[in-house]
Amino acid sequence: MSTAREQILGNLRKALGRGHLSPDREAQLDARLSASGGAVIPARGRVEGQARITAFCDEAARVGTTVARVPSSAAAPAAVADYLAEHDLAADIRLAPDPFLADLPWSEQAALSTSAGPARPTDTVSVTTATAAAETGTLVLASGPESPTTLNFLPDTHIAVLLAETIVGAYEATWSAVRAADGPLPRVVNWITGPSRTADIEQTLLIGIHGPRRQHIVLIDGQDT
Amino acid sequence: MDATSSAFPENSRRALADERLQEALHRLADGFPARRREAVDRLPEFDQLRAQARAVKDHVLENLDSYLERFAAKVEEAGGHVHWCRDALEARQTVLRICRDAGARTVTKSKSMVGEEIAINEHLEAHGIEPVETDLGEYIIQLRREAPSHLIAPAIHLSKDQVTETFKAAHGEFPVGRRLDEPRAMLDEARTVLRKRFVEADVGITGANMIIAETGTAVVVTNEGNADLTMTLPKVHIAITGIEKVVPTLDDAVTVLRLLARSATGQDVTVYTTFATGPRRDDDVDGPDAFHVVLLDNGRSALMESDFRDILRCIRCGACLNHCPVYSAVGGHAYGWVYSGPMGSVLNPGLVGIEEAHHLPNASTFCGACEEVCPVGIPLPKMLRHWRERAFRARAVGATGRAGMRAWAFLALRPRLYRAVTGAVMAVLGALGRRRGRFRRLPLAGGWTVARDLAAPQGPTFISQWAQRRRERS
Ligand code: SF4
Repeated sequence: MSTAREQILGNLRKALGRGHLSPDREAQLDARLSASGGAVIPARGRVEGQARITAFCDEAARVGTTVARVPSSAAAPAAVADYLAEHDLAADIRLAPDPFLADLPWSEQAALSTSAGPARPTDTVSVTTATAAAETGTLVLASGPESPTTLNFLPDTHIAVLLAETIVGAYEATWSAVRAADGPLPRVVNWITGPSRTADIEQTLLIGIHGPRRQHIVLIDGQDT
Repeated sequence: MDATSSAFPENSRRALADERLQEALHRLADGFPARRREAVDRLPEFDQLRAQARAVKDHVLENLDSYLERFAAKVEEAGGHVHWCRDALEARQTVLRICRDAGARTVTKSKSMVGEEIAINEHLEAHGIEPVETDLGEYIIQLRREAPSHLIAPAIHLSKDQVTETFKAAHGEFPVGRRLDEPRAMLDEARTVLRKRFVEADVGITGANMIIAETGTAVVVTNEGNADLTMTLPKVHIAITGIEKVVPTLDDAVTVLRLLARSATGQDVTVYTTFATGPRRDDDVDGPDAFHVVLLDNGRSALMESDFRDILRCIRCGACLNHCPVYSAVGGHAYGWVYSGPMGSVLNPGLVGIEEAHHLPNASTFCGACEEVCPVGIPLPKMLRHWRERAFRARAVGATGRAGMRAWAFLALRPRLYRAVTGAVMAVLGALGRRRGRFRRLPLAGGWTVARDLAAPQGPTFISQWAQRRRERS
């Protein structure tokens, strides 16, 4: 394959009317790659504090994500149980194998039965953690042993437990949360903005084609101890 | 996909007479442009972002060789593989080889225009591997053995009745008499059928909207979530993409993402935006064991030569299609190859040759709407003019057309003669047409007057009126 590679690169250099980039030029590109910022960040991504949380909730509502706000993480299992009861959904939930979720008082909710691990094709409700960007009401999930990707896509209902203080304004600010200091990115970073949708049949907007039919958030609003 | 762009006139005639298609095209023209407008109005920084995205893309193209090498090195660092493919054949063979090595029987696919470009489905099928399209629109047209007719809405040309017929014929596992007249029911049926295919598949093939040099990442966006199931469940993920799709950094990708969905569907962002980097890590509990990126040239490096380089900035948003009066009248299939609308009329001649695609640069009213909405400021009309020149030089224009243009060029280069001849023609036409005010038929212009009348000239030519006025003023 190296011949194809050399030929493609050679053709590009020929079209650009030059040979390999000079070491100086390569160094400039290195610098550009490691610099951040300088970009146009929309004003709607530059909100702070309570206004940022409100902006996030408004944007999430626009795309059909529902949000339940609770005062503390201890109240999250009850909020999950309420949501499932309200929508008449089975109360078997698949939890992300995340210590934060494992520590929540699930056993206080008699109606719920929980297990943890990646999603199986039969799982109908998943609960994961997430961070978020207020800019467009977008959840951000990075894959890892505590955060299997299948949970975000296979079940009919995906519920994300979100700590208000982890909501950032603009997309740019999400990278630091998912990136190790200088290691590679996690295998997958998912931005999720609403439930799965399509308009492929006569441009009619329909919810729930391949990913979850319901996207719900339990937002823990900073009053936690 | 075999090109039938040389049949554009016949294709168009058929399209204009197709009532169902015309209805579908009206729906499109009513929907996308208004929603785009709304989304743009909600983002005051839109034009600034456009300028920035354009600068990022131009910077990438200037340094494309280096960014591709950087990207490849990062993919390998993350445990993935990069395959450089000069043309469609090489790309097809590469994908087939990876599928065979994985012992694949079925392959799920999420929508990829590069996949169409290299006709990967036909190739896999011919070698006993079943490809299953999973984007709802692509799935429908795969069942119908049709090509996509729009960059982001591949089944835009179909009515829901046609989808009903298609599903009834294809889904033998459901009761024959079931009700299937509402889009909701069709969607639920497709979800059930495809869910099974997702779980069974051995390899998942996606496109990539961008690739990122900084991290070796493939960015894939969908609204359905089909790309995510495609790349997460099978053992192997293959992302196929063009060499021009690289951007330097994650932040640069963000700039493009802020423009992409707004320009395409009028959403602020697609439902799912996925950044995939390498295969499953040692401690991961799901995800593919192998991650391959197929980088396709297929004529792109040749387009880097001055006149057409700008089209390589294209982010495939479809806005130029949605705003094009010609696309809105004839739909995507008339263009006769993978890409359609203004961007297709510029790109296809570069990829399949101007001889095959010589009609496409003429499929334009030069209204300029495409350039106005293009999020990366591609001067589409200017490039269509360049292709017209090349078509002429390549003798792809017929003898009468060439003779006519030569005659016109002869006159246009001789201003005095031009004025004399046009003045005489105006006088003659004016005199002949005085009674009716218009002509039903004209010698040498029979094609033009078949569908319209030519208004008779009402006086002297513009040039002589202008000269007259200047004389009067001074
Ligand atoms: S040419 Fe511009 S408007 Fe057309 S698809 Fe490409 S980026 Fe979008």
